[in-house]
Amino acid sequence: MSTPTPQLAAETLSPRKITWVRRRRAAAVTWREFRQHRAGTAGLCILGLFGLVAVLADVLADPAGLMVTQATGEDLDSPSGEFLLGTDDNGRSVLTLLIHGTRVSLFVGLLATLISMAIGTLVGIASGHFGGWAGGSLYRVTEWFLVVPFLPLAIVLATVLGSSLFVIAFVIGVTSWPGTALLIRAQTLSIEAKPFLERARALGAGHWHQMSRHVLPNVMPMVFANTTLTVAIAILSETTLSFLGLGDPKRVSWGSMLDDAFTAGAITTEAWWFLLPPGICVVIVVLSFTLIGRALEEILNPRLRAQ
Amino acid sequence: MGALGSMAFVLVFNFFLFRVLPGDPVETLARNRLLSEESQVELRAVLGLDGSLWQQFLTYLGNTFTGEFGISYTYRLPVSELILDRLWPTVVLVGTSSVLAMVIGLRIGIRAAWERDGRFDRVSTGSTLTLYSMPEWWLGLLLLATLAVGIGPFPGIFPVGNLISPGVDATSIEGVFDQAWHLALPIVTLTLAYLADFSLIMRSSLIDELGEDYLNTARAKGLRDAMVRRRHAVPNALLPATTLIALTLGFVVSGAITIETVYSIPGLGLLTYDALLVPDYPLLQGTFLFFSAAVVVANLAASLLYGVLDPRVRG
Repeated sequence: MSTPTPQLAAETLSPRKITWVRRRRAAAVTWREFRQHRAGTAGLCILGLFGLVAVLADVLADPAGLMVTQATGEDLDSPSGEFLLGTDDNGRSVLTLLIHGTRVSLFVGLLATLISMAIGTLVGIASGHFGGWAGGSLYRVTEWFLVVPFLPLAIVLATVLGSSLFVIAFVIGVTSWPGTALLIRAQTLSIEAKPFLERARALGAGHWHQMSRHVLPNVMPMVFANTTLTVAIAILSETTLSFLGLGDPKRVSWGSMLDDAFTAGAITTEAWWFLLPPGICVVIVVLSFTLIGRALEEILNPRLRAQ
Repeated sequence: MGALGSMAFVLVFNFFLFRVLPGDPVETLARNRLLSEESQVELRAVLGLDGSLWQQFLTYLGNTFTGEFGISYTYRLPVSELILDRLWPTVVLVGTSSVLAMVIGLRIGIRAAWERDGRFDRVSTGSTLTLYSMPEWWLGLLLLATLAVGIGPFPGIFPVGNLISPGVDATSIEGVFDQAWHLALPIVTLTLAYLADFSLIMRSSLIDELGEDYLNTARAKGLRDAMVRRRHAVPNALLPATTLIALTLGFVVSGAITIETVYSIPGLGLLTYDALLVPDYPLLQGTFLFFSAAVVVANLAASLLYGVLDPRVRG
């Protein structure tokens, strides 16, 4: 009697616990499959590294190095022992800017993604779940929004709302959700047709219960895969908006560094140390997110697997 | 229907944006010239800023449909005139790059999907993914620095910016060649940026088709591999690809704005960039409306094309 059989253990567990155990197992399977993916795993490792740099930015480089007034180097000095990546047009160390830019770029990218995913998932599930005019009109609005070109819309919004990190994240978030919403809607529709939702409805589950307890957990993996792809787009968007001079003037991000390099004439003065590192960082981080997203998509969508 | 809805949405959004702008447009316009109360009232009437919100909206709609987008703060010229003036460089730049990118990108995507996990696929998918992850204007900056400015002992071969060399007549034969020469590098940059999207979309669309039974049937009939691909797989894969490519049209506009800024080509993109630096609100709104309308129309064209390509929709 000391060791209960598995069936007995299952009987004593609450339904909620059983669900959790099942989900944990599914997540473990996905994780195992993900690790088989060389590109995805490499992306995850690289991101881990950048994440570490973002968290430890203050330790790795003294934040005082960001102040123009406390700059110690010559203007646009090429790399040396003291300044490993040279200096910018204000005499600040490019390496210091790069390290602190990591934090800002990742922060804006993640915050924008959070906003975009929240709106996209909510609208997607609601438009898939509710039939009739409510779902239909949500779907229409999503389609309309989808067609409006991102950059002109973001430029207009950002010039009107002013420039701070939160505004930039908000602008990117509210302009990039429609793609997610359509994807989630399609997933919701296929889940709504499954018998377990009919069972839930027959037992008298309300709309909220159906959406939050049955639809949401089942679209969650797809949301997750889409999130990593959205982060990639969001970081690219932040870089572009900052390059156009719409970023937070008080914060250094990779995009604002490139804007500085462009306006300071780094191209004609051949200041490659100012032009290359921020761009390379953007490419590496965006590529990592994209690779992870594609790997997840491939695992979760059996149609994409090799036959 | 969808196109109309999108346009209505853009129009309404643009209207309300104009109302929440910081600062009164009339005061901004009047700042440099001392305007009397009467002329301010008059200006308000001209700009459609008097009367109730509903009246203002109707005036705004009427103005928009007759091509009245207001007067630019910086240029002191009607916005519609400025847009028409700057239209051609953008059309040539974006049009050429899109067509080139589509032709090359679709080919790369098709071959990569057909030889899935082969060497060509690995190399092409690796490079297109890298291009996809790259801000297109950064690629432009790199090309500008290496090929136009030149590095170290290597002189640049392409012009550094602008659309035409000073002192050359744009309408002469020499002027046409000169402009083409100036546009070469921007077009290469944009083509590279666009084709990454196109080839990745085409690759995944075709891979989706690879497992279908009709391909086995075609092979069983004894068709050659190239025939199966060209006659059966690619036409079917083009359908979802058309829809997805239509969704990247917004990205095409982004590319125009940033690349024109980098290469200082006097088109609509540079006009937008100059307007946002001031910020010149009427001009910004004009370009926003114009770009949105262009993308909506292009989407409409794509859905009509879809109807032609897909017999089921043609009905």
